[in-house]
Amino acid sequence: MSVDATLSFEEAMEKYDPVLGIEVHVELNTKTKMFSSAPNVFGDEPNTNVNEVDLGMPGVLPVVNKTAVESSIKIGLALNCKIAESCRFARKNYFYPDTPKNFQTSQYDEPIAYDGYLDIELEDGTVFRVEIERAHMEEDAGKLTHMGGAAGRIQGADYSLVDYNRSGVPLVEIVTKPIEGAGSRAPELAKAYVAAVREIVKNLGVSDAKMERGNVRCDANVSLRPHGRERFGIRSETKNVNSLRAVEHAVRYEIQRHAAVLDSGEPVIQETRHWHEDTRSTTSGRPKSDADDYRYFPEPDLVPVVASREWVEELRATLPEPPAERRKRLKEAWGYSDLEFRDVVNAGVMDSIEETISAGASADVARKWWMGEIVGRAKVADVDPSELGVTPQVIVELNKLVEDGKINNKMATQVLDGVLAGEGTPEEIVEKRGLAVVSDDGPLLEAIDAALAAQPDVAEKIRGGKVQAIGAIVGGVMKATRGQADAGRVRELILQKLGVEG
Amino acid sequence: MAAINRDDVAHLARLAHIEMSADELDRMAVELAVIVDSVKSVSEAAGEDVPATSHPIPLTNVFREDVVGHTFTAEQALSGAPDAYENRFKVPAILDED
Amino acid sequence: MTELKNELIHHSAADLAAKLAAREVTAVEVTQAHLDRIADVDGQVNAFLHVNTEEALAVAAEVDAARAAGGSAAEELHALAGVPIAVKDLIVTIGQPTTAGSKILEGWHSPYDATVVKKLRAARMPILGKTNLDEFAMGSSTEHSAYGPTRNPWDLDRIPGGSGGGSAAAVAAFEAPLALGTDTGGSIRQPGAVTGTVGVKPTYGAVSRYGAIAMASSLDQIGPVSRTVLDSALLQEVIGGHDPFDSTSLTDPFNDLVAAARVGNVAGMKIGIVKELHGEGYQAGVENRFNESLQLLKDAGAEIVEVSCPNLKYALGAYYLIMPSEVSSNLAKFDGVRFGMRVLPKDGPMTIERVMGATRAAGFGDEVKRRIILGTYALSAGYYDAYYGSAQKVRTLIQRDFDAAFAKADVLISPTAPTTAFKLGEKLDDPLAMYLNDVATIPANLAGIPGLSLPGGLADEDGLPVGIQLLAPARQDARLYRVGAVLESILEEKWGGPMLAQAPVLGSATTTAGGSN
Repeated sequence: MSVDATLSFEEAMEKYDPVLGIEVHVELNTKTKMFSSAPNVFGDEPNTNVNEVDLGMPGVLPVVNKTAVESSIKIGLALNCKIAESCRFARKNYFYPDTPKNFQTSQYDEPIAYDGYLDIELEDGTVFRVEIERAHMEEDAGKLTHMGGAAGRIQGADYSLVDYNRSGVPLVEIVTKPIEGAGSRAPELAKAYVAAVREIVKNLGVSDAKMERGNVRCDANVSLRPHGRERFGIRSETKNVNSLRAVEHAVRYEIQRHAAVLDSGEPVIQETRHWHEDTRSTTSGRPKSDADDYRYFPEPDLVPVVASREWVEELRATLPEPPAERRKRLKEAWGYSDLEFRDVVNAGVMDSIEETISAGASADVARKWWMGEIVGRAKVADVDPSELGVTPQVIVELNKLVEDGKINNKMATQVLDGVLAGEGTPEEIVEKRGLAVVSDDGPLLEAIDAALAAQPDVAEKIRGGKVQAIGAIVGGVMKATRGQADAGRVRELILQKLGVEG
Repeated sequence: MAAINRDDVAHLARLAHIEMSADELDRMAVELAVIVDSVKSVSEAAGEDVPATSHPIPLTNVFREDVVGHTFTAEQALSGAPDAYENRFKVPAILDED
Repeated sequence: MTELKNELIHHSAADLAAKLAAREVTAVEVTQAHLDRIADVDGQVNAFLHVNTEEALAVAAEVDAARAAGGSAAEELHALAGVPIAVKDLIVTIGQPTTAGSKILEGWHSPYDATVVKKLRAARMPILGKTNLDEFAMGSSTEHSAYGPTRNPWDLDRIPGGSGGGSAAAVAAFEAPLALGTDTGGSIRQPGAVTGTVGVKPTYGAVSRYGAIAMASSLDQIGPVSRTVLDSALLQEVIGGHDPFDSTSLTDPFNDLVAAARVGNVAGMKIGIVKELHGEGYQAGVENRFNESLQLLKDAGAEIVEVSCPNLKYALGAYYLIMPSEVSSNLAKFDGVRFGMRVLPKDGPMTIERVMGATRAAGFGDEVKRRIILGTYALSAGYYDAYYGSAQKVRTLIQRDFDAAFAKADVLISPTAPTTAFKLGEKLDDPLAMYLNDVATIPANLAGIPGLSLPGGLADEDGLPVGIQLLAPARQDARLYRVGAVLESILEEKWGGPMLAQAPVLGSATTTAGGSN
């Protein structure tokens, strides 16, 4: 495998203007496949989630899954697309062993959704509008495993094994219009766009949206042109870039590689590229050739899908609030600063905080607990914060205990540990561990008297106005009560006793 | 409309994944040229304004509810397979990845 | 016993059903009689690719047991329960091989049943076996079968039509009272015409296509093959009806067919002669029998009108673009990966691409390859609009022509095929001449309308069967049965019995030529 020359990103940007095109394939989480009633389930034994339709047996016919159509319309609406009044399926003809009919049932010139856009907010708050060309329905292929030769690679494999469980899983392919004008932000924008699409389909509930399982897959088209030129350069298509980080890296790498090719005076080859996470580079797949003559024609075994305006509006009414709008609304409602809110989002606890607030906590209290205590513990335990085992009710209860003066903050963290250790509810743990703050003033006053008597010179200083000296007396009281006193209350009582204003 | 020649047939045979000998290509080119010639009047028959008919009896919105139906066991799925290994279909090496 | 068996095989399905219901005969006797007939004559005819002896007899025995038990078990039996049937080997069946007449599927057993087969099983009709056909139903002579041609029972040196020559010949040779066929451009009707049997292509979507190995999806239709019009009506009511597994299946009930076949008059009906579907290019004997039928219908009180469908001149061309295009895609799945044969390349690198190429080269016959290449061409970049796109527009024009014709006539009438059965091998090297055989049947497939062919007598010059075709508007299949049954009864009255009674006797040493009338 030869290593391609690259230019530094900065130099590439100085000389050229990148144009992107991004195709995102979203696997829908319907119960059954796109055209058959076999289950759409990930990870089962090979070739068990199939029937004759998924195997493309002689004589079979497809029937469209209504839920998949509705999910596709929802995706179209969430991407601000127009929904076609009438659209058809088409056959895309090509031979490949993971494609059981040797054609993919897809949509060609009549996608179900078209002409949309998505406003993408970059990390620094810059908003970039990505135009959506189309979103169309199609079916997934089976899964090939290459055996022998270099581990799992197709090159040099002796043979391949095919599992058709994934064959026929409903897909929606979302294609952008050429993305121009992103400049040096192109890699970042590509990543943010894919992240936004992923978030939208997850929020709609139409996909499990797990990139590591291939629920969301991305092909990135990159081309460069000299600054100021209108005509696009020749593009490469990097296939199956399957993590958000990889999207950014792959676009960046291709920009650098294209720049080097163009600098050398050679033309860029229009080809498929493969992304390699290990080397963070792409390698040449195959050039576009006459084998790409897919001979599309309308699928004669399926009839047109007519989306009446009533149906579309019914579906629109079921859409959840778009993630970006929701974030904006929550940030304002909670009064967090930009930085605070971004930290909350990045830590993945926005939903948890929202739930905690609706369970009765204030926005600040919810943030204090999630960001201050739970995120750190989750990191140690290597789980999502929401999966650590802390419910909004626990936080509300803990906070109430503190506010009522029953426990102090230091104790509260111990109680939280108790909750995570499965010792019971916060109340029960306070009880069991004997953590209650001493709240009866009687014993406290005794301890204060004793402390004042033990340090008469300090008592005198305080009486004389040197209130800051009070720490020594408070410390004595706390020591005597083994930390179970509320330090604030102790301070109050000492000042009262000595007749000094706090 | 272009006539069909031997190179066209060779290209089409590649697209259709049918190996053809030189003799077959020659013979097929002659036969197809005759057939193509006989059907060419079709392209002049209808005007721009005539809509295409892809389905003889027009229907729309024929859907299936999203309810799980029957599946095969791996054994049934593989029962007609020319070659299989560990419940999967076995195929010779693939030249190129797509 | 021989006498009885002989008698049984000559009965129509309707008669057999009546005798079974009256318990005059048993289903096992009826089924065995047909199995014996197959054993006697199929060596000559080669209508069957597989004979399903055990299962057919087991189903027949079940029917007999139910009938003997009486009560609800007997009452719930379908009218055709115990009446055996042959199934074209393009239709998949559990428990029997399905080859599509191709080497590429040799020995393949489907793990699922076609919807029509499920319906036959539900009606408890014993399936006698699978009948021969042109490979993947591509042909008009059954000579393109990988398993040898079927021969015409009227003259064993002649073709039985195609692609469904096996089903038609089986019924003509009294090997089965009923059979299933598939009709993409005439594959039920043209074999019916040249073997002196009845064949019906229902309205597109009237019978589920699920489990019929697709040739051209927008043209294919399963339909009945029989010796009488009433029998076809009975069979279409068994196999028809909505199927949720076929998205193009109609929801209309189509349950008035048998009643229509029993109406018994055509008084006041308008019957349209299609100007473009007779005359030039049609054999004189065919034309004569056609004119004779027109006169008989007129005498029976029908009004004969002439209609014109000018765009039918493009029908054959449009068909030979749409059909191969769909074929090229439908047959892509036969690649040696999931089912069927796999052939390894003789030399060079062993890649899946080359295995697919070698498998399809060895597994498909010439006619199939020709159509795949033609279809690949018609769909390829740069040609789609001129070929496939234009052909679909022609389809619209032909539908409009038929709409106009049916505004003037209740049914249309024409010869089914331009000639009688030709000799085996006669047109094998001339694909275009072979294609011309379907010139009168193809329009119905392009328009999706129903068509029926029934025996119209024997041609004067060769004493071979001539078929009369009736066409009706979409969803009006009942009209075909009404007019067809009337014409059949008038003709049989004229002949003094069924036309097949004039066919030579098979299974004996002396083979007499069919007499002319």
